[in-house]
Amino acid sequence: MIGEHLPALPILLYLFLALLMPLAAKLGRGLPWAISWLGSLAVAALGAWGLWHTSTEGPIRYAMGSWAPPVGIELVADPLSCFFTFAIGAVSAFVLLHSRESVERDCGASNTMTYYASALLLLAGFSGIVGTGDLFNLYVFLEISALAGYAVLGCGSAKASLSSFRYLIIGTIGASFYLIGVGLLLAKTGSLNMADVTAILHLEGLSPATTLAVVFILVGLGIKMALMPLHYWLPDVYTNAPATSTALVAPLGTKVAAYALLRIGYEVLPYEALALDLRVFDVVLALGAVGIIWGSVMAIAQDNIKRMLAYSSVAQIGYIAVGFGLATPYGYIGAVLHVINHAVMKACLFLVTANLEHRGEGVSIKGLNASLRRKMPVTCACFAMAAISMIGLPPMAGFFSKWYLLLGSYEQGSWILVVVIVVSSLLNAVYFFRVLERLYLGKDEGEAEGASPSRLPTVMSFSTLVLALSLLALGFGNVFIVSKFISPMLPGF
Amino acid sequence: MNGFFEDYSAYIMCFLLLTVGLYGMLLKRNYVKKVIGMTIFQAAIILFFILTAYKEGGTVPVKDPTLPLDQADAYINPLPHALMLTAIVVGVATVGVALSLLIRVYGAYGSLDEDKIQQEASK
Repeated sequence: MIGEHLPALPILLYLFLALLMPLAAKLGRGLPWAISWLGSLAVAALGAWGLWHTSTEGPIRYAMGSWAPPVGIELVADPLSCFFTFAIGAVSAFVLLHSRESVERDCGASNTMTYYASALLLLAGFSGIVGTGDLFNLYVFLEISALAGYAVLGCGSAKASLSSFRYLIIGTIGASFYLIGVGLLLAKTGSLNMADVTAILHLEGLSPATTLAVVFILVGLGIKMALMPLHYWLPDVYTNAPATSTALVAPLGTKVAAYALLRIGYEVLPYEALALDLRVFDVVLALGAVGIIWGSVMAIAQDNIKRMLAYSSVAQIGYIAVGFGLATPYGYIGAVLHVINHAVMKACLFLVTANLEHRGEGVSIKGLNASLRRKMPVTCACFAMAAISMIGLPPMAGFFSKWYLLLGSYEQGSWILVVVIVVSSLLNAVYFFRVLERLYLGKDEGEAEGASPSRLPTVMSFSTLVLALSLLALGFGNVFIVSKFISPMLPGF
Repeated sequence: MNGFFEDYSAYIMCFLLLTVGLYGMLLKRNYVKKVIGMTIFQAAIILFFILTAYKEGGTVPVKDPTLPLDQADAYINPLPHALMLTAIVVGVATVGVALSLLIRVYGAYGSLDEDKIQQEASK
């Protein structure tokens, strides 16, 4: 029974819970917090179950409101979308579990209800983007998640509002470009259903109007996923927003846009014409490679940890773009695996900065010292694990996605890419060891013991630790994940 | 060449409007003017969708008893209109969020001019 309705459930669950928030806040102060992380956990369970079910029994197609596609809106649950649903649910569950104290501190105790309602709408938008099979519906969910995202990122300081406004301007341009592309496709094919558009474009090939549509859609999604020359909104937003909001949006927001790129680029638009006539994949590959190096170099130059992590996000999105641009099975596996690995790594690292802020430690790298490893042992250990994974040392998860990307580049014979990936690992090592050195190799000054203020709440260290340990699990389980789940997703190349 | 401009004059005007909006969003230094640019930009997209639905001599897509049932060509395409209702709602919501963010920015910096705010922020 549940299987039949699976594609609609995550979206409806999030929307329904968001509507429940005002009521929940009346019944108990902690209730919005509890409901939102439990809801995310339920979505993660749905995603995991769907992943298992669809990778053995094929995708589930769901006609919303019983209006048959291609006229009605269609939702699709296939292994790729369930994989992303699981990632959204799992990562956001632990970030929201962690968030209680920091939301009260950053946004004010009276605003927690609105904060969690916006956060749930944000997640509803994300799961909608992942679950939909309709091009215009994707635009609507893109805007739902974006609007809720501006609210979530803009609460707290005035600086956060300012950078959130700048993001709103750029984000609206991105979403509108996507909409223009969809309009051109609609005018040319007369359909909005992804499967239908695919079939029609396959018959007719690309005309000048559809070529323009491809360009608009790719630029729009490129802005949304912060692909290299279109990423200028990202560092400011991630640095100024409250720590919890960054931990919620940074791991998932850009990845969901990358999902839309994977889906539309490989499945909806005609692959042959894209690869040979327009050379879209080569362009994305080149931008990704430049982004990897540029983001890493900029990260080295930062003193604020949040800003450093934001620039490293630009670099990590470059890896996903490279996997997309390779357009080979290894590249695809690397890109999809890197999406989940990076989501968990970034969530963990941003939670560490939230922990630092909670304890009143600054987020400046120069301000870190060895006494932190005594005051916050769990947080420091989590940071070390996530940093090692970001650098890409085995057996952490980050190694394996980079390994698949390396295999893909090697297979293509593009030695420049091999060099880029290896050099970027070294650059990652430079900026993370800068922090690790201060935490672990410096001498502990051993100040007076009694000065230790409020301890870190248990949920905070617990959720950071769970994310850090799941990096180990993802690392050891990568063969299972790739062979069982990602291989059935592969589109025909 | 003349034929091209005559056939596509509406689309050309529409894309001109689009560039006006984009110019306002990217190059105006005042934040409210950026929001105005955003509204123009979104209006241009709405016009573009409506243009794709237009048909020479087409009538409103409500069943007309004087027309035979098999003449779908006599009606204009209602789908883009329906889509644009959603897009208008999205546009209104975006302007609302943008203005509410600007109220907070104005409260903190006392200005909505990008240069003045940057001076204020770097102090």
